[in-house]
Amino acid sequence: MTKIIFVEDEPTLQKTLCDVLRKEGYDVKAAFDGVAGLELIKLEKPDLVLLDLILPKMDGFTVLKKMREDEETKDIPVMILTNLEGTFDVERVLELGATTYLVKANYELREVVEKIKKMLEK
Amino acid sequence: MGVVTLGTMLGTYLIAYFFVDQPEIVALIVIIATGIIFIVGHFIISGFVYLAEANRMKSEFVSITSHQLRTPLSAVKWSLNLLMDERWQKLDQKQKEYFEIMKTSNNRMIRLVNDLLDVSRIEQGRLDMRPGKFSLDDMIRDLIAEITPIARDGGVSLGFEVEGGVPEGWADAERVRLALQNLVDNAVKYSNDGGAVKIKLGRFGNFLKCEVHDNGVGIPEHQKADVFQKFFRSDNVRKYQTEGTGLGLFIAKGIVDALGGKIGFSSKENQGSDFWFTIPIAK
Repeated sequence: MTKIIFVEDEPTLQKTLCDVLRKEGYDVKAAFDGVAGLELIKLEKPDLVLLDLILPKMDGFTVLKKMREDEETKDIPVMILTNLEGTFDVERVLELGATTYLVKANYELREVVEKIKKMLEK
Repeated sequence: MGVVTLGTMLGTYLIAYFFVDQPEIVALIVIIATGIIFIVGHFIISGFVYLAEANRMKSEFVSITSHQLRTPLSAVKWSLNLLMDERWQKLDQKQKEYFEIMKTSNNRMIRLVNDLLDVSRIEQGRLDMRPGKFSLDDMIRDLIAEITPIARDGGVSLGFEVEGGVPEGWADAERVRLALQNLVDNAVKYSNDGGAVKIKLGRFGNFLKCEVHDNGVGIPEHQKADVFQKFFRSDNVRKYQTEGTGLGLFIAKGIVDALGGKIGFSSKENQGSDFWFTIPIAK
């Protein structure tokens, strides 16, 4: 089963997206902070990581950087799901190796799921 | 400020020299006048520094607040998406209607927050662009497909005309889409029942020119100078339209200016408006 890890500190956002993705047949695990998220990623080696940027304990930029430095996690695709939107932030995460970047407030849940499906098909 | 001070010193010296005999008094007058100019200058400069700082803090506040607002708004949006998804539960007509109202209101709030963020960026001169090649023709067609159902509900038709083959544009496509959407939204919103909105695309030298024409309420003559100001809403619209923040045209102008294009309009009250903008052609 395709594994996805969602690192998101906002409980409602975490629950809604996890519920929908599970209904779509994915094996989804979630973490509320950057440290727990990184541990989970290293342990599970998922097919896709959904990552928020503003997170407690360790921000998403650092999680992504550490993932890319680790041989075992460096190739896992990462979709950034955030509400930050400055060009500086976008460029920084793309430089750090994020695969794509979405502003949560601007997308319906259905659109996010479609994008995740497309990413996993590649 | 230095030039003003020097000018004052010289001016005071010359006047005092011609009207006062004693050199000590002349020197005293020059010193007093220079001192006054220094004090006044200090207050003026401090005022400007204070204003600039207040403006920066205001923009920063809007920016931080907007980011913070987006998170709960996204939570509401996604929860509503789940509640309205009939694969999860069946809804009766009343429930559907109320959820639809909540969704529309939530999306309006997100749009407002996004607009405030853009305004804050424009004011700080930080509307960063990620330019690239894109088809303005395709963008207009996509937008028309998206807006047509809303326009149809209001009894407004949408048309599109391309003058010959047009090359690709060179700009930040997302930003251009926002500017275009703001113009088309306005044209639809301020059209009367049975109105027609026409979008025209053509080449204009080294630029693409897009025109959005409507036969709606138009803009009163005495308010034309304020159209691209923040929070502008014309008197004839304010009377019956409660929706709208008056930020759309300010943002559209901010975007087009930052892209090196031009934006303008012509309008007659009760007859309609013609808004247009240009963006560079891809080389």
